Amino acid sequence: MKVVNIISSYNSEFVEQVEEESGQKLNLCYQCGKCTAGCPYTDEYDISVSQIMRLTQAGQKDKVLQANSLWLCATCESCTARCPNQIDVARIMDVLRHMARREGYSGSGRVKTFWDSFLGSVKSNGRVFEVGLLVNYISHTGRFWTDIGLGPKVLPKGKIHFKPTEMQGKKEVEKIFMRFKEESAK
Amino acid sequence: MKIGVFVCHCGSNIEATVDTAAVAAAAREFPGVVFATDTMYTCSEPGQDEIVDAIKEHNLGGVVVASCTPRMHEQTFRRTVERAGLNKYLFEMANIREHVSWIGKDREANTNKSVDLVRMATEKLMRNTALQSKKFDINKRVLVIGGGVAGIQAALDCADGGLEVVMVEKTSTIGGKMAKLDKTFPTVDCSSCILGPRMVDVAQHPNITLYAYSEIEEINGYVGNFEIKVKKKATYVDWKNCTGCGICMDKCPSKKARDTFNEEIDFTKAINIPFPQAIPKKAKIDPEFCTMLKKGKCGVCAKVCPSGCIDFEMKDEFVTEKVGAIVTATGFDLFDWTVYGEYGGGRYPDVITSLQYERMLSASGPTGGHIKRPSDGKEPKDVVFIQCVGSRDKSVGRPYCTGFCCMYTAKQAILTKDHLPESQSYVFYMDIRATGKLYDEFTRRAMEEYDTNYIRGRVSMIYPKGDKLLVRGADTLMGTQVEVDADLVVLAVGAEASVGASELAEKLRISYDSYGFYMEGHPKLKPVETNTAGVYLAGACQGPKDIPSSVAQGSAAAAKVLGLFSKDQLESDPQVSIVDIKRCIGCGKCIQTCPFGAIKEIDFRGMAKADVIETICQGCGICTSTCPQGAVQLQHATDNQILSEVNALCQF
Repeated sequence: MKVVNIISSYNSEFVEQVEEESGQKLNLCYQCGKCTAGCPYTDEYDISVSQIMRLTQAGQKDKVLQANSLWLCATCESCTARCPNQIDVARIMDVLRHMARREGYSGSGRVKTFWDSFLGSVKSNGRVFEVGLLVNYISHTGRFWTDIGLGPKVLPKGKIHFKPTEMQGKKEVEKIFMRFKEESAK
Repeated sequence: MKIGVFVCHCGSNIEATVDTAAVAAAAREFPGVVFATDTMYTCSEPGQDEIVDAIKEHNLGGVVVASCTPRMHEQTFRRTVERAGLNKYLFEMANIREHVSWIGKDREANTNKSVDLVRMATEKLMRNTALQSKKFDINKRVLVIGGGVAGIQAALDCADGGLEVVMVEKTSTIGGKMAKLDKTFPTVDCSSCILGPRMVDVAQHPNITLYAYSEIEEINGYVGNFEIKVKKKATYVDWKNCTGCGICMDKCPSKKARDTFNEEIDFTKAINIPFPQAIPKKAKIDPEFCTMLKKGKCGVCAKVCPSGCIDFEMKDEFVTEKVGAIVTATGFDLFDWTVYGEYGGGRYPDVITSLQYERMLSASGPTGGHIKRPSDGKEPKDVVFIQCVGSRDKSVGRPYCTGFCCMYTAKQAILTKDHLPESQSYVFYMDIRATGKLYDEFTRRAMEEYDTNYIRGRVSMIYPKGDKLLVRGADTLMGTQVEVDADLVVLAVGAEASVGASELAEKLRISYDSYGFYMEGHPKLKPVETNTAGVYLAGACQGPKDIPSSVAQGSAAAAKVLGLFSKDQLESDPQVSIVDIKRCIGCGKCIQTCPFGAIKEIDFRGMAKADVIETICQGCGICTSTCPQGAVQLQHATDNQILSEVNALCQF
């Protein structure tokens, strides 16, 4: 295991940026572990949420932004709801995701492809069109057999449509994407 | 008046951001000032000697010290000027530390503000008059409020010191929280074996009068002469004749009464004696559960009582006691843990509090000292302890550390193994706080000798799984989520201010912090005093405390009372209101507004006039701002003195 030099590896800009964008004070965390204890995705995480908090406090930018956990977080906000120090942990996870993407970390390639496919589908259909998402994701990654086991379970329930369903407010959703594009260009 | 001004550096506390030499130089130009200097530490012995020498050399008539808050050193400097032969009220203090140097870094602005404060002080000083204290007799009896271990210690120490003690206890027995404990850490000696004899001492001591099942209704008076109205709640049993035989309790058919002594893990009878070693060992009826008092039918206890003590007509009774000092030892209560939804919020019978577990461990408890799951009465195998429930948690408004839960949890884990050798205990903790004598060794013993499994992390979920409870938490040292299938979960519930603490504080006229714990006179130097003369604190009412600290404070409070009573007379504070009889029109408004009842109406040549009873007046000044004639003036803070300060400040 690598020795971490607490002083030279501390990225103060990173810490300040996380605090500013999230509006949370990282030093409030005293590592009780309640966020990890309640996190429903811990078993899939490479770094547990309490350790993400500690690494962020310690300014370990690369390690944090490379974490797969950021992309597996479902923003269920159990961590936020239970934190005894009232830290909005889910908000910090959100900020870290944004930073990772902005700065080209974006987890492993498949994670980025999935998120792009998902958001692309929402942008053009107003909501996610599962089959479209699947085709897009598979064509970019070549993972033909991914989640194939789910097919027999969901097909009989009528959950899979082969054409995007029409929905109200499609235009409004598109506007959100437009506004995001405009504001992020500033 | 010739005035001397001393501007203190307070080391670098003031000098770092205030040019004290410049303040002294500016002061030399003020009217009346004949001497001004800056000194390193004015409160030190050479600093005080400098004041004494200057008074003599320059024939000073008054002194201003510009330094810290008067709460810190006003008494010190008053004694200094008195040593030099001046009246102690010919002294003024300008606070240039708390009000200036500690709150700003701008040296120029700070220096200017300090000059203003010194100018105000000199202007007021010129209008000061010599005031003389009066002596008054004191009543050498002491009231102890609360009969827990701290109150017991204070009462016994005072009584052994020869004082008459009145103890008032809210519940029907003394003993407090300690009486509910099975064993005590770090010695694992039996709690009731060490407390019991002390409780008996209280009952038998010729100097102690005990009012159990009583509350403080009203407190009047002042240090040396308090008048206390005690409400003796109706017990429906004549305690003079009750022998505590317990036949009434055996025969009472109402079996579902709330058992507060046993933390409600079981029921008691409507007529009950809380526990076998209760002091006083007398029965009382809980009217909420008594069929006779509710429906007018039953009366079994009255029929079986061999001494005919039952009196269903009994009413609350009030008695008045006169004392000279009060020791407050009202203790703490437990945090209501049911706000934690993740621990079940009270839905699961096998999630219990640490104090409930303590009753279960106790041989005199409802289970006879056997550990049983409340749900099915089975012996548990895997017992989970969760620490910091209502401690160190901002989200429930309890950011403080209760301080003794780490220790009692280790004790309970050890006792669990003693009672059930096949069992395994798990402790979810954040940090182990074991800073007392032999405390850390004790928690280590729980781990090393009793194989208690300490898991560093909090718990986020408890839910039923078959007849077990699944406890999901984190092990932050492993960096993973962990699960334990538990038979019993014990919550280390934190302490909070006792119910009714703030109401009592208002009656005592003492202050309390934002959590309801009483404020000590000084966090380090006056731990058992309050800011109200003659009122002292002992035990957990001042903040969560373990038994040794509570006992130490009980003794400390007793020492303070004995010290106070070592004199036969006390000096009254001359900073009281006086009435200018020529100006008074007898309207009586001051009499109505005085919160202490210190002003009475007198007849002066056929005219109504107000008159202040000096020993009762607390110098609050409400009457002076009420009086339409300006006839009532508070000594040492007269209208003229205050206006001279305003003029000094607003001259430009």
